[in-house]
Amino acid sequence: MMMNSTPDAAKLNWMTTRLDAALGWARKFSIFQYPFVTACCGMEYMATAASHYDMDRFGAGFPRFSPRQADVLFVVGTISHKIAPMLRRVYDQMADPKWVVAFGVCTCTGGFYDNYATVQGIDAIIPVDVYIPGCPPRPENVLDGLMKLQEKIAAGKSAADPSAGRPAEFQVPHRPEAHL
Amino acid sequence: MSDAPTLTAVLQARFPQHVLGTHAYRGQETVVLKREGWLKVARFLRDDPAMAFDFLMDLACVDYLKFGRSQSSAPTLTTPSPLPYFMTPKPQAERWERVVSDDEFRFEVVCHLYSSLRNRRLRVKVPLTAADPSMPSLTGLWKSADWFEREAWDMFGVTFTGHPNLRRILMYESFQGHPLRKDYPIRKRQPLIGPVN
Amino acid sequence: MKSVRGSGFRVLGQTPNQTAVSTVQPSTETRNMFLNIGPSHPAMHGIIQIIAELDGERIVGADVEIGYLHRAFEKESERGPYNNVVPYADRLNYVSPLINNFGYCLAVERLLGIEATERCQYIRVILSEISRITDHLTCVGASAMELGAFTVFLYMIKAREWLWELIESVTGARLTISYGRVGGVKADLPEDFAGRTRAVLEEVRKVLLECDTLLTRNRIFVDRMQGTGVISKETAISYAITGPFLRGSGIALDTRKAQPYFVYDRMQFDVPTGEHGDNYDRYLVRMEEMEQSMRIIEQALAAIPAGPLNVDMEGNILPASVMVDEAKMGRVAGFKQARVRLDPTLEGSTRGYHEAINAREKRAVLPAKEDTYGNIEGLMHHFKLIMLGHGIRPPKGEYYSAVEGANGELGFYVVSDGSDRPYRVRVHPPCFTIMAALRELIVGDMVADLVPTFGSVNMIGGELDR
Repeated sequence: MMMNSTPDAAKLNWMTTRLDAALGWARKFSIFQYPFVTACCGMEYMATAASHYDMDRFGAGFPRFSPRQADVLFVVGTISHKIAPMLRRVYDQMADPKWVVAFGVCTCTGGFYDNYATVQGIDAIIPVDVYIPGCPPRPENVLDGLMKLQEKIAAGKSAADPSAGRPAEFQVPHRPEAHL
Repeated sequence: MSDAPTLTAVLQARFPQHVLGTHAYRGQETVVLKREGWLKVARFLRDDPAMAFDFLMDLACVDYLKFGRSQSSAPTLTTPSPLPYFMTPKPQAERWERVVSDDEFRFEVVCHLYSSLRNRRLRVKVPLTAADPSMPSLTGLWKSADWFEREAWDMFGVTFTGHPNLRRILMYESFQGHPLRKDYPIRKRQPLIGPVN
Repeated sequence: MKSVRGSGFRVLGQTPNQTAVSTVQPSTETRNMFLNIGPSHPAMHGIIQIIAELDGERIVGADVEIGYLHRAFEKESERGPYNNVVPYADRLNYVSPLINNFGYCLAVERLLGIEATERCQYIRVILSEISRITDHLTCVGASAMELGAFTVFLYMIKAREWLWELIESVTGARLTISYGRVGGVKADLPEDFAGRTRAVLEEVRKVLLECDTLLTRNRIFVDRMQGTGVISKETAISYAITGPFLRGSGIALDTRKAQPYFVYDRMQFDVPTGEHGDNYDRYLVRMEEMEQSMRIIEQALAAIPAGPLNVDMEGNILPASVMVDEAKMGRVAGFKQARVRLDPTLEGSTRGYHEAINAREKRAVLPAKEDTYGNIEGLMHHFKLIMLGHGIRPPKGEYYSAVEGANGELGFYVVSDGSDRPYRVRVHPPCFTIMAALRELIVGDMVADLVPTFGSVNMIGGELDR
């Protein structure tokens, strides 16, 4: 009856995979996020994280408030020029591999705050992996962004990687002194 | 509001040398004061039992540099098209005047006082010249003046003599200029890090 | 950074040399520690920085640094027409954006000398109170979470979610709603609003009861809240603190009672006050205010004058695009009474609804969509209010209007120079004055007390830094 030439996988008690694929699979369900919450988007962030939308389903339920323990930086809300150095410092303190999510349109482009006080998109300061637009984005939108981030993590890609094709002027130099 | 007119009248009668003018527009009473009499009148307003303005609710500044000289970029304003009949302004019983001239006194510090005892409000304004935008600080009378005055300094460059800690509050120390002045361009960025975009 | 025990609080930023130690024996020397809390810190929700000077675990000095979320609200307001400020006003206090919307609209309306219709005022009252509940839920929930009561946070966010869904059905957005307009509101209430609101309020009451059971007599919670962050009446007044924070200190001052706006003078409600001015009393005041807000909503729902919701919408409905095409051909004879079927987000701004919720003031309020699409006067009217360089033009003047925000008195001071743009919009943000007092609140307490105290301030970065 069995015409299949490959061995029956169910009878084997071992499997093979690539190491990076296994790591990516593991990493995408254990997102330790650092919420850098500044503004209105924080309300939607709270709503997404709480029981109604339950970010924990994606393995991202546990915010870490130390950048050294986090691997995804959620930048939630408007970044002003005054806070920008702090954001950069937090990013520098995170250990590789790391990812950045720009949550809300202010972090993507500055939003409708086109004035002297606000940074016109955080990608001028730090590399960004996933942009979630919206003012603020709805929780569904956030979860969509989170799933896109998971795909990126599983593929082992990160914008922090120097080979990610970021223009030279936006390359982030290694700053060991930021950890001090 | 039967006693309403008396409030400005009392001040007018008591401090004729300090009061530049008074008006009540849309039911809100305003006293315009000279800078010299500012502290004296403020102390009276707070301490006199008939006044009892215990809250310095708000202190802000207005820059009258472009007042009435429209800031609109629309071409229709330089050559105004006639308004349709239903949009022409209705004649009004009351008119609002700034008591001093805009050219001479560029800035105006506006305080909104509230008396919880008598449940009434008063607006006190002090015009300041562009050459010397400074006035005595209210920090000795109301504690809320501390941060309000810091903000006025930060945003408009108005100095308050006698303020214990007059430094920037919303912007950072290295920021040049005062952003809410009408001659500060809205998009003039001074980033601490990153490109100027 | 040396200082000598007993020398007390030193002004921050002074060089250590100014308190040079010459007579002190090295064996008795102690140092105060400077602890930098924030700007990116979980308890500093939003972003502020507190530089605390500690003697052991006691805070002996503090410096509060704000401005990290300054995004130039007041400058942006001067850039566009009057109604363009509304979306920016949403983002001032993003936990209760509706109150900000209506507060701004009220200031401009008073400046123009117009008054919203009665139904509109009831709508504003209802939605303001829903917003106040969401604000208090967030404040109490977040500060309870910071004290370890994570369940309460989840419960309260759940209740807030129901209220947001209610708001969404009216305004089309959950959070940043841009619903207020000068002279009215964007659209009328949806048809089954009253019933759904009552049902939601029942659920919210249950949640509040649960949270009350979890917190109010909870030993840990009470120990951390009682007697911390105490502020006296006199200090609170001197700092011009208003709202629940002031009422926690025992002064029953509420703008809704003292100087009623909208239709608050027709509502029966109590102003809860505390006695001690500590965090616990402020928590109790907020919990009771939510109950009072629900009372107001229920009264307003019962008393709201009927809108045109019963008008038969059947018959001559046609899509807006068809109407425009017809009008281009000049076939407008039947348009006088015709109704337009619009995009769902514009629902409730058509003619029948329009008259009930918007002031009859053509200098400020857009025409109904049927008129815009259907006749030249309406189109002209729309154009004159919307296009660049046109718009609402209040006469020269100024007005300060105060409404009771969730944190206290929310004032908008609007100056007009007669043009179509506000010359100056000044916000009096309620939590600004409370934050100014924060130093006095935390000095003398333990470091751990900073968390509940700061939580009860309910600092909202958007309105604090603008």
